[in-house]
Amino acid sequence: MTFLSHLITGLSLGSIYAIIALGYTMVYGIAKMLNFAHGDVIMVGAYVCFFAVTSYQLPAILAVPLAMVVCTILGIVIERLAYKPLRQAPSLAVLITAIGVSYFLQNSAQILWTASPKSFPNLFVFGGQNSFSLFGGQLNISYVAIATVLACIVIMLALTWFTKSTKLGKAMRACSEDKAAAQLMGINVNFTISMTFAIGSALAAVAGVLMCSAYSYLLPTTGSLPGIKAFTAAVFGGIGSIPGAFLGGVLLGLIETFTKAYISTDLSDAVVFAVLIVVLLAKPAGLLGRYVPEKV
Amino acid sequence: MSKFQKDPVKLVPVPSTNKIPERDIDKSPILECRHLGIDFGGLSAVKDFNMAIGRTEIAGLIGPNGAGKTTVFNLLTKVYQPTRGTILLDGMDTNSMSTVQVNKAGIARTFQNIRLFNNLTVEDNVKLGLHNQVRYNMWSGILRLPQYWKSEKQSHERAMELLSLFDMGYLAQFKAGNLPYGAQRRLEIVRALATNPSLLLLDEPAAGMNPSETAELMETIVKIRDTFGIAILLIEHDMNLVMGICEGIAVLNFGQIIAKGTPDEIKNDPVVIEAYLGKKKEA
Amino acid sequence: MSKLSLGSMKGRSALSPFLNYAIVIVAFIALQVAIGMDAMSNSMQSLLVPVCCYIVMAISLNLTVGVLGELSLGHGGFMSLGAFSGIIVSIALKNLVPLSPLRLAIALVVGAIFGAIGGVIVGVPVLRLRGDYLAIVTLAFGEIIKNVMQVLYIGVDEHGLHMSTSEAGLLLSENGTAIVKGPMGAVGVTKLASFTAGFILILITLVIVQNLVHSRAGRAIQALRDNRIAAESIGISATKYKLMAFVTSAALAGAAGALYGLNYSSTLASKFDFNTSILVLVFVVLGGLGSIRGSIIAAAVLTVLPELLRNFDVKEYRMLIYAIVLILVMLVTNNPTIWGWISRFQRRKAEEKGEAEQ
Repeated sequence: MTFLSHLITGLSLGSIYAIIALGYTMVYGIAKMLNFAHGDVIMVGAYVCFFAVTSYQLPAILAVPLAMVVCTILGIVIERLAYKPLRQAPSLAVLITAIGVSYFLQNSAQILWTASPKSFPNLFVFGGQNSFSLFGGQLNISYVAIATVLACIVIMLALTWFTKSTKLGKAMRACSEDKAAAQLMGINVNFTISMTFAIGSALAAVAGVLMCSAYSYLLPTTGSLPGIKAFTAAVFGGIGSIPGAFLGGVLLGLIETFTKAYISTDLSDAVVFAVLIVVLLAKPAGLLGRYVPEKV
Repeated sequence: MSKFQKDPVKLVPVPSTNKIPERDIDKSPILECRHLGIDFGGLSAVKDFNMAIGRTEIAGLIGPNGAGKTTVFNLLTKVYQPTRGTILLDGMDTNSMSTVQVNKAGIARTFQNIRLFNNLTVEDNVKLGLHNQVRYNMWSGILRLPQYWKSEKQSHERAMELLSLFDMGYLAQFKAGNLPYGAQRRLEIVRALATNPSLLLLDEPAAGMNPSETAELMETIVKIRDTFGIAILLIEHDMNLVMGICEGIAVLNFGQIIAKGTPDEIKNDPVVIEAYLGKKKEA
Repeated sequence: MSKLSLGSMKGRSALSPFLNYAIVIVAFIALQVAIGMDAMSNSMQSLLVPVCCYIVMAISLNLTVGVLGELSLGHGGFMSLGAFSGIIVSIALKNLVPLSPLRLAIALVVGAIFGAIGGVIVGVPVLRLRGDYLAIVTLAFGEIIKNVMQVLYIGVDEHGLHMSTSEAGLLLSENGTAIVKGPMGAVGVTKLASFTAGFILILITLVIVQNLVHSRAGRAIQALRDNRIAAESIGISATKYKLMAFVTSAALAGAAGALYGLNYSSTLASKFDFNTSILVLVFVVLGGLGSIRGSIIAAAVLTVLPELLRNFDVKEYRMLIYAIVLILVMLVTNNPTIWGWISRFQRRKAEEKGEAEQ
């Protein structure tokens, strides 16, 4: 029974990583940049939702979309102001800029909302309960865990459909392979990249709300470690691949949870990263990524 | 092309189906490929490739785009490991060798899309070719031991000597990436020569050159062979160049050799004409 | 293209390395004079050793990122290895080597060795990965080091070193001391570091990195950066020279870490986290990839600047300003219009020079 409960915790944590990783992987696929500010967009989403629910008494059903809208706009603005001028610049310059944006968001949050932790309300409460019991109380499953796993699956399927079947999705795939060629085919590359950032940021908002609901704790630095781990998850699964990000995220969550449960609480990060290294050595492009050798 | 009115070279068979120039016959061929082949996911990019090159031969590898010419170069230099067959370099099997080891064993190459060390000077590019000729270890370099000064002087002199041979001495201190196109092509050849090869592979050396530059290049290639006494295998689409300086030519189509022989034989081979121009409609 | 228009495109001058030594030596003397004249506040003086450490970190990371051209996000990990191994050695040798400068030197060497070992462990398997994958693995490595150091307890007594995952597990004798106490970090460290030691370490780093870059091995490393396939085709082993650059870089980071660790009475493992690696990377990128002088200046300025801002009323906005400056500098330095101006200016200068020579 404890195994089952760890499994559920792991799946729900993994689903949060997966949702963030999906955003990461889409942005990486098209912009070929490590967007280190992605984790901080999560934090902004969570704060927006927090204030909507606590200060303005909005119901969760309105607060979550509001957070998504704010993050979407934030994502587009960041891309336009900070990343777009650097499209021709060396990738390191873009990386440093992303780090700058990350610092900017964290410190703005600290000034606006102070560094003291906020206790995030659980949005997934039904009939006064935030979890239900199975097997005569032996197994407690929180509603937020269920919601997280469901949200993750829905998002993954929707994104797969979106990139495969819609015009914009196909444009995204075209841009990620060859921007110049895509432009010559009449695709508006700037718009496509903006939309990718918009989707990624909206997903970050969802992840932020789910994460803070589950762990009821909110800080200006809340997003950075999950951001790094989700990025690890995306690399783990094969960066640029949507099913890869999903798989990587879920596996990462499971590994982390089971390490905490059965090996060592303190060493869970080390184990997660060690597994990543081993996987990359065996499969240099990640679990589902394709390894493209350099053409001579 | 009048400058290159050369005497026709007679090709003679070596102990196999391959032929090399008559003057090289008392020495074993520098390169011999036997049944060389590579598959990329079920597709045979090169199959049953047999070729021998004499010690001082200028050989040509021609064929339509996508025929697998560059793939042959990549097999010879072990950028790709062959799926089948043997490469004998000076009688030695290169089967287990890496790109680095093949170069040390005596094959140097240039690339179709120029690959220079763009942020380094012209002189440094050539010195890098001398990497395995003039050696000293990391600590001699860091501590500036006598070995460092001696070797650096040596490689500087050798690099300048090579560069002036190709009239590039005055460019020594410029960044390779800033050179004009023609000079970059020449520098790539100088760099390859600096590794002291016994076989030089040139991948489309005349690409992007005008007729007078090409004529100059032909002169250069023959000069390289005569000065260094080495074999040269080149891939080229410019038929004036190929027919003008190559002694033996192999024609590749769909990964297979469809004809081999002297320029005159190749020019009149119906199979080659068909590969280049398509089949004549049967009446 | 005529010779003239190539004028501004020549390679770097041979004087450049000596200028770097000169800058460092002059800066050292000037600062010593300032200290002697009591012209420096205590808070500024306390920054001297960290600045030296960060300069060494930046120069060494530049070897990996600028000269070898591989992105490393785990340089802090090597610093951590050096810091803790240096601290442990300095405490363990307290009675054996009473002379503190000698003990410091030994600690720095040991720190460098541990950094190098870390470099080999990460480098051997990882250097065959490319680009962002290498970056993510170095990031993972840094996090692993941090995480492991937060769990580890290390102590010393007359029987030698003891290692465990809890303080009780160390089983030290009565005379033993626990040096590293898991999440509390290294404690009870005698501060051995000095500005002079930092200055000497910078000089050694400069000698190693600059002489390496301008030697046969350094050329090979740069060749791998510019074009790996071409480098291999002329007989340069990618693995050997990538590893050489990576391990040298890690060893220097280890030495810098040891100096850093011995500058404080206690050191936390979380000091050397992802943010530290990023901080050093920022020095390298802002200073200019491959530019040693740029690394030195960027590391010094960017370490001192936030401290200077502390004295003004902008304390709260300190990191915010830093972030904005970072973004703006990146946007401005990578703006093609501005580069157009600069190259036009350089060309004009070169032409004037050419005319003057005629």
